[in-house]
Amino acid sequence: MKAACFWGKGEVRVVDAPDPEIINPHDAIVRVTLTAICGSDLHLYDGYIPTMMKGDILGHEFMGEVVEVGPDVKNLKAGDRVIVPKNEMYSLCDNTNQNAWMTEALYGHSGAGLFGYSHLYGGYAGGQAQYVRVPFADVGPLKIPNGIPDEKVLFLTDIFPTGFMAADNCDIKDGDTVAIWGCGPVGQFAIKSAFMLGAGRVIAIDRFPERLRLAQESGAEIVNYDEVDDVYDTLQEMTGGLGPDACIDAVGMEAHGSTLDAWYDRAKQTMRRS
Amino acid sequence: MELASHAKRNVGNSERWISIVGGAAMTAYGLARRSKGGLTLAGLGGALLWRGATGVCPVYKAAGISTNGHTTEETDRQVSVPYGKGIRVEKSVTVNAPPEQLYAFWRNFENLPRFMDHLEMVHVIDSKRSQWRTKGPAGIKAEWEAEIINEVPNELIGWRSIDGSNVHNAGSVHFTPRAHGTEVRVLLRYDPPGGVLGAAFAKLFGEDPDHQVKEELRRFKQLVETGEVATTEGQPTGR
Repeated sequence: MKAACFWGKGEVRVVDAPDPEIINPHDAIVRVTLTAICGSDLHLYDGYIPTMMKGDILGHEFMGEVVEVGPDVKNLKAGDRVIVPKNEMYSLCDNTNQNAWMTEALYGHSGAGLFGYSHLYGGYAGGQAQYVRVPFADVGPLKIPNGIPDEKVLFLTDIFPTGFMAADNCDIKDGDTVAIWGCGPVGQFAIKSAFMLGAGRVIAIDRFPERLRLAQESGAEIVNYDEVDDVYDTLQEMTGGLGPDACIDAVGMEAHGSTLDAWYDRAKQTMRRS
Repeated sequence: MELASHAKRNVGNSERWISIVGGAAMTAYGLARRSKGGLTLAGLGGALLWRGATGVCPVYKAAGISTNGHTTEETDRQVSVPYGKGIRVEKSVTVNAPPEQLYAFWRNFENLPRFMDHLEMVHVIDSKRSQWRTKGPAGIKAEWEAEIINEVPNELIGWRSIDGSNVHNAGSVHFTPRAHGTEVRVLLRYDPPGGVLGAAFAKLFGEDPDHQVKEELRRFKQLVETGEVATTEGQPTGR
């Protein structure tokens, strides 16, 4: 099969890899019909996450059709359409992470196994491939009824829940104003989620016109930080001096900016990549 | 891991000299080979040297043997894990299952290699005795016969190696009901081939018993709670 593989810092290659096979009784093999690149794949690409190995298959946002199930998977059968949540693996705690000791050493407590996200998180081959082995398939995947296109459900695997949780953490009351830094995928879903949870106004901050346009289409008011003197003052003005009721940082690592530490960050990333 | 303290001499004088001379030769030969195997040999030699110089053999101690004219404490024979001697490991994990189920699983020692990676096989001889074989640290195989010396159904199992085994060890596993399942606590004390120094060398090669027991308990939890041990062995890569 074809698979997108990590090939060292700053390099990803599509190569031929063997097809996956059932290894454990709760495994399933899924033929991937749609997959996405996540912002956190950038952290791997830029070399921020240790224990990546050359040839590791990437991808933790994917969906597809079940082609084979292990003997202990009773709730799925060949032909089922499923999304495979990266997040679902979390609910099984470190029982799914065969390298739990590594994350324990780093964080004090271990996270779960993840698809295509370094050997810290179990080293499971990811879904940016034609086929993927899904461990614990009896609890992870979610069946999708026919008639709903892939594009409508793929984002449930990771990115929509990420944006939703940010909004959920804001404890939004009806009519609240929420300011969101960053209009990438997480920011876009945070905007939609904030409205879903009752926000009256959402102010989206970014500098890329196409992202700001998308935010506007979702009903957000927009601030292009390249065009205003000061984001804080602008927000105060837009809210009659009260300021937003809640703020969401949907930028994270590898941010752009024009402040001194943004330049330092950019220099550091360039040095790391060379 | 802790080193023997307050240990009494249990090695006779002539045997001490043999240990010193033999240990020194092994250490020198091992170091001269400049290889992994040579390092292990040097470790074994070092342990022999230490045994000769101090007159204390942790293996003899565990087995209640003395070639120094008097016997060690009779009580040592009665406990599965004598306190503060040899290499001692204590680890616990909470498993979401009743003690009866865990006890029954563990009591059949032939189940142990299913989650204990370093065990090659365990063969149950009769209701008390069993034959154990490990892959061993740094590729050295070890084999011994063990007997159950203490058992309280659904609460604890204690075992020890029988005199004459090449690796002396004793262990016990305790099952205690808790709010979120059963706490499984393993106490292990063993004298590795090469003594405490040998164990230090094995640790250099990534064979840390503390870490090993912890990982084995984690796999035990996986096996009981999910019916399988998580693995990626055999999955595709682009390499």
